[in-house]
Amino acid sequence: MASIKVHGNFLSTAARRVFACLYEKELDFELVPVEFKTNDHKKEPYLSLNPFGQIPAFEDGDLKMFESRAITSYIAREYGDKGTQLIYTSGKEMAEMLVWMEVEAHQYDPVVAKLVMEQQVKPLMMGLPPDAAVVEENEAKLSKVLDVYEARLAQSKYLAGDSFTLADLHHLPATANLMNTQSWKLIESRPNVSAWIADITSRPAWSKVVLALKDYYQQQQP
Amino acid sequence: MALKLHGAPMSTCTTRVMFCLHEKGVEFELVPVNLFTRENKNPEFVAKNPFGLVPVLEDGDLTLFESRAITAYVAEKFKDTGYDLLRHQALKEAALVKVWLEVEAQQFNPAISPIIYQYLVSPLRGGSPDQAIIDTHKEKLEAVLDIYEAKLSSTKYLAGDFYSLADLHHLSFTFYLMVTPAASLINERPHVKAWWEDISSRPASQKVMEGMTIEQN
Repeated sequence: MASIKVHGNFLSTAARRVFACLYEKELDFELVPVEFKTNDHKKEPYLSLNPFGQIPAFEDGDLKMFESRAITSYIAREYGDKGTQLIYTSGKEMAEMLVWMEVEAHQYDPVVAKLVMEQQVKPLMMGLPPDAAVVEENEAKLSKVLDVYEARLAQSKYLAGDSFTLADLHHLPATANLMNTQSWKLIESRPNVSAWIADITSRPAWSKVVLALKDYYQQQQP
Repeated sequence: MALKLHGAPMSTCTTRVMFCLHEKGVEFELVPVNLFTRENKNPEFVAKNPFGLVPVLEDGDLTLFESRAITAYVAEKFKDTGYDLLRHQALKEAALVKVWLEVEAQQFNPAISPIIYQYLVSPLRGGSPDQAIIDTHKEKLEAVLDIYEAKLSSTKYLAGDFYSLADLHHLSFTFYLMVTPAASLINERPHVKAWWEDISSRPASQKVMEGMTIEQN
């Protein structure tokens, strides 16, 4: 039995961040399904795994964790000798990696999440129309953020340097969500950003996540 | 060569880094950036941080931005000196520090930041506090602090019975919350209050808080 357990599902953006990391590291794990529609993540016993009632939660032996970016960071360090090397542990590259992990969390993700909420979640899952003003405001913000990325990716192939790290990986699930929206044009119009996204989304570990999400959708069909 | 920290002594994100530098006993020079004249949007500053935000850390030829990346870098680089903020020799404890670092960034910060902005920053820019924004975010912050209250009933600090970077990251914004009417959110929760009194009374905390006065200069 695997010592690693992930409580969640493949639909969850945050959980996909963890799955991508586990696949990159080639680690066995057990998926303990927790579905959004049952609301089990808002009740016990799930709350004792994640008191904020969010997906995912994570166990490795008797270690219990939540927050996807803490989990990936733990996995990358604890299993440093397995699979893809996902972190720099010293020097200038480590510093750059830390910076761009924060940029993803504070500058990129909040804006992309709002665009996906308006253009995907609201229409497809809640039957509500998008708020055009919110979309416009956040597309303007995302444009400014992506201009910074475009300049950064002119200097190096990946955000922290010459190698793929967690700084890049953390962008994958939210970026995949954005693909089916009109906001994708902001990515397409920036050559360095486009090339970087094409590269990181074609990684075999990420393809496994994409396929698992496709399977998940099919299982949900009545 | 000493580290250079570009920022302002009352800025929440600059002081986040200063708390860390003092706990580690690391020498640094604070290079003032005048936020009132929007010096952070000048080309010379934007060349250091393309997002035009304070703080920025210069360590030799290395330039870093994002306060939580800077503290992580300082805590890692100087892990063998000063206070052990990351529990780097105990992997399980280090993992729990990572969890509560994320909680501060993803749960606490989005709830508290607009409250501080409305009460303390908006007036400096000629605006007045938007009570609707304050009320919405007070509700969110209360939900977060209820979880903190439960956690701090079983451990002395957030990640365990040890002060860590996860607690430290809360100092700046909570300091300012305590001078607003929303201080009641802390004072009404006995374990959160005791935790706040503990972490804010540390010598490194006190040292930085002396400079945290919001006034136009």
